[in-house]
Amino acid sequence: MRDRENVMINTNRKDSSDRANSVPKEVGTKDGISEIMQSSLIVGLALLLRWCISYHPYSGDGKPPMFGDYEAQRHWQEITLNLPISQWYSNSSDNDLQYWGLDYPPITAYHSLLLGHVASVVDPDSVKLHRSRGYESRTHKYFMRLSVLIMDLLVFIPAVVYFAFTILPILDSKIKKHQEKKEFLTFKKRHFVLATILFYPGLILIDYGHFQYNCVSLGLFIASVSALFQGSMAIGSFFFVLALNYKQMELYHALPCFFYILGINTPGKRKPLLACLRSLICVSLTVIITFAVIWAPFLTDKKIFMDTVLRLFPLTRGIFEDKVANIWCTINVLYKLRNNFSNLQLAQICLVSTTVALLPSSLDLFFRPSREKFLLALINSSLSFFLLSFQVHEKSILLVGLPVLLHFHKDPFSCFWFLVISVFSMLPLLIKDGLCVAYFASLTFFIISVSWMWFESKISQFVKNKEDKQEEKQTSRKLKIKKSVSVWASSGIYINILFSLSLLGVLVLSVCSGLLKAPKKYPDLFPLLVSVYSCIHFFLFLVYFNYKQFCATSILTRKFKVK
Amino acid sequence: MKTYISDKFLVKTFLLITCIKILLIPTYHSTDFEVHRNWLAITHNLPVNEWYISEKSQWTLDYPPLFAWFEYSLSKIATLIDFKMLNINNHNYASVQTKLFQRCTVICADLVFAYGIREAAQTFCKSIQNFMVFVLLSLYNIGLLIVDHIHFQYNGFLLGILLISIAKASKISSQNEILQGAFWFAVLLNLKHIYLYIAPAYGTWLLRSYCLKDNQFIYRFIKLGVIVTFVFILSFGPFINHLPQVLSRLFPFKRGIIHAYWAPNAWALCAGADKLLSVIWKKFNWLDNVKIASMSGGLVQEDSFMILPTPTPIFTFVITFLLTIPALWTLFFNTNTYNSPKNFVRCIILCGLTSFMFGWHVHEKAILTAIIPLCILATSNAFDARIFIILSSVGHTSLFPLLYPQELMPLKLILWFMYLIKSIILLKNQFDCIGLYSYEQFYVGFLPVITIYETVIHRIIFSDKLPFLPLALTSIYCGLGISYSYIIYYYEYLFKNSYCNSEINKKKVEQ
Repeated sequence: MRDRENVMINTNRKDSSDRANSVPKEVGTKDGISEIMQSSLIVGLALLLRWCISYHPYSGDGKPPMFGDYEAQRHWQEITLNLPISQWYSNSSDNDLQYWGLDYPPITAYHSLLLGHVASVVDPDSVKLHRSRGYESRTHKYFMRLSVLIMDLLVFIPAVVYFAFTILPILDSKIKKHQEKKEFLTFKKRHFVLATILFYPGLILIDYGHFQYNCVSLGLFIASVSALFQGSMAIGSFFFVLALNYKQMELYHALPCFFYILGINTPGKRKPLLACLRSLICVSLTVIITFAVIWAPFLTDKKIFMDTVLRLFPLTRGIFEDKVANIWCTINVLYKLRNNFSNLQLAQICLVSTTVALLPSSLDLFFRPSREKFLLALINSSLSFFLLSFQVHEKSILLVGLPVLLHFHKDPFSCFWFLVISVFSMLPLLIKDGLCVAYFASLTFFIISVSWMWFESKISQFVKNKEDKQEEKQTSRKLKIKKSVSVWASSGIYINILFSLSLLGVLVLSVCSGLLKAPKKYPDLFPLLVSVYSCIHFFLFLVYFNYKQFCATSILTRKFKVK
Repeated sequence: MKTYISDKFLVKTFLLITCIKILLIPTYHSTDFEVHRNWLAITHNLPVNEWYISEKSQWTLDYPPLFAWFEYSLSKIATLIDFKMLNINNHNYASVQTKLFQRCTVICADLVFAYGIREAAQTFCKSIQNFMVFVLLSLYNIGLLIVDHIHFQYNGFLLGILLISIAKASKISSQNEILQGAFWFAVLLNLKHIYLYIAPAYGTWLLRSYCLKDNQFIYRFIKLGVIVTFVFILSFGPFINHLPQVLSRLFPFKRGIIHAYWAPNAWALCAGADKLLSVIWKKFNWLDNVKIASMSGGLVQEDSFMILPTPTPIFTFVITFLLTIPALWTLFFNTNTYNSPKNFVRCIILCGLTSFMFGWHVHEKAILTAIIPLCILATSNAFDARIFIILSSVGHTSLFPLLYPQELMPLKLILWFMYLIKSIILLKNQFDCIGLYSYEQFYVGFLPVITIYETVIHRIIFSDKLPFLPLALTSIYCGLGISYSYIIYYYEYLFKNSYCNSEINKKKVEQ
């Protein structure tokens, strides 16, 4: 039956391309239901992975006196619930900023306040001022983990689903053309994209293991990129401002967004001057109003405002804290930066070098904007920030990982490589949190599932051979399958060897740092090796993605404002 | 080429589920964890003839000898990991290494399960698509995931051996393979004696398709007997001096009819009806004073009924045996050899279900004995698929009370929904429609509500009062579903409407 329907649709298509969209209704609803079921299966699997990891320890689990990020989040609930807004970011007898003071922008604070209100009902002891420090219990862990899951369900997962089902067909014309193309069983390419983004272990390990709410800011970021791709600049910038006000690290993505909006709205052949002006004014008004509303409680007094801003951009904290896979940490192995420069000098060096690294991709995006270039510029910008800017955390690699995930369908092989290295670069942090087992299991899961989905086709081809022989006879289809499938073959044998060697290095270093104890002389040996190893990779990836961006087509494939 | 592809598929799916199992290592574990740790200690420290006598812990060894030998070999590896877990007096010891080690033994033992799936698939699955569906249904069974990798037991390993023996015994064309099947089943019986319940199906099948063929009855019967006796002697031989002691450990009749959690079977329904009647009786003052006293005590005695006659162990055995006879009869006298290996599997499922429904002191985990073999049939027959969907979703829900800690609630719901969606997608792919009636759909759709009530809502409404109510509700509601599927499955098996039709249809299509 199914075969016959497919053939029918195909013949319809051939007859008239106009009618292609008006698929017979019955088939449409049937496919729609099974499509919903398939995507919910993928989402379910993603939730399963997330929730399984939530049983593992969090950062600072049972480690007084400072604990870790889990305690920080709990402490913020305590502070925001018990103190007036004006004192949230200021040092006082009730708010010791040295002990996990609030250093994220206002929306995080509002979110903590909301959670604090819930906690005061569910578990009042966990948010009592002063007395709740270091509060840990089984039910409280459950509450905190559940709060992450709920935010994920509300923000990140809907954003990814929207991206995979609405934006992907715009980005990749192939996907739209071959909607009926079946992969393994009845899964399609966008299901694979959805699965890849949702199974990415880096985000899961940090949010559900280490404990943070990255899913909120990253979900808002995906929403903003989706809106920008659809041509609605105001909505896109609105979401971006929200993301930025949840976590200031979103600044890593700010420049490409800015240049993309500016580049699209440059008067020229595509758009008349007036339309551009109107669009730009719209965007700037949105940004200003959103900022004003979010920051309103902090604008009443200059001191409060300055306190808040200084908390968000702490210059005093040094160029890096733990071992980070960026250039400064790598240089520091041979040449001790902190002995030779003051903090301010280092900050200036960082500023200059980051700007230099950012300029090429930003200018390219500004003068020749396109959707593909935008994604690549997001990767390049965040990667340059990660490698060269001041005060970088290991976790910030997630900000690079996300645009790479969005770009995945265009260049699966190198994106996959990057993603594996990005998770690996966080290994020292994860080992410190006791998440070693979770790291190995989730990364293996990701590697197997992704390589199965994207780099292997024998099974799906075999099934297809049996299932729809008639379709297989069309030579054009066969060619396309071969093309999309043989990534391993086409990328050349040298790349393959390099890739295998690189993964072997990841495996060896992971096992060593997971199982072996470092020699007494060099206690930081393994974290350092991990950082340097990943830093070299990241640097090469920066060059590669920049090259890719310059090669990408600059023609806008579709008109922007489709109304 | 074909086996290459299917093996590759199996390896990958197995690796993926192994990752999930590893992620589940730090979750809650039940007392069964301590039971198995204690057995490790017993087998490691005591001489063989004291294994079944030791009473140092309340968790005495109550599995057959081969399983004890299995624990013995594990304890040899355990010495390398953490010596303290092998201390016989070290009760409730669960260090990180111990937990890691014990969980890993279960994960590794599941390799046998994967091998069993491969064997069963080679016998029963005709196409690669059937194979994939079978693997995804059985290897990713969430009941096993819950019982083995959270609650802690070795069911995957045992069911793997069951699948191997089913696969071997179903190859009627080769005498050698059938004998191997009998051998593996004897091994299984000596690993866990709960599989005695499906032994009648094996006996009938071996008699019918092996012994009574080609007029070599006596020769073949002796051959079979020798193999089975050999396995039993090997296993029980070292314990020959105190056999009664071993047997009394294996068959403890002192336990009550209903296991602590109320397995959702006929007796649970009886207990529910009994409770309802006793409330009515009390209202009309028809109760004796003694019984009123026991009722007002709060905790109602679970091993005796108030109004209805309380069944004795003998009675439950007789009724179980009587109810398996029709199934065996059909298997024996069914001359239609075209699909008889499948009928053999059906008979096993029915034996498993009958013992689950009417057995003495049944564990709710025993439902897996029926669900896993049903996976084989669900791939090729729409009726089996329909029963599979009902039975698996009900059976898994009935397992959920095993995991009582609150933080496991989201996990239960995610797993349950995923398994249901997955089986519907896969089976819809196989047969154009599965044909669940609307009331069946409603019944299945209401199951998660029961789970949510049991874990969350009950606590909100009653706080700590009426602790038995959610469990009773779960087992009665699930008991209804299991009885329903049992009855229609038995009916369909005896009168064979859909099987014959589907076979005829297949033949028509092939022509």
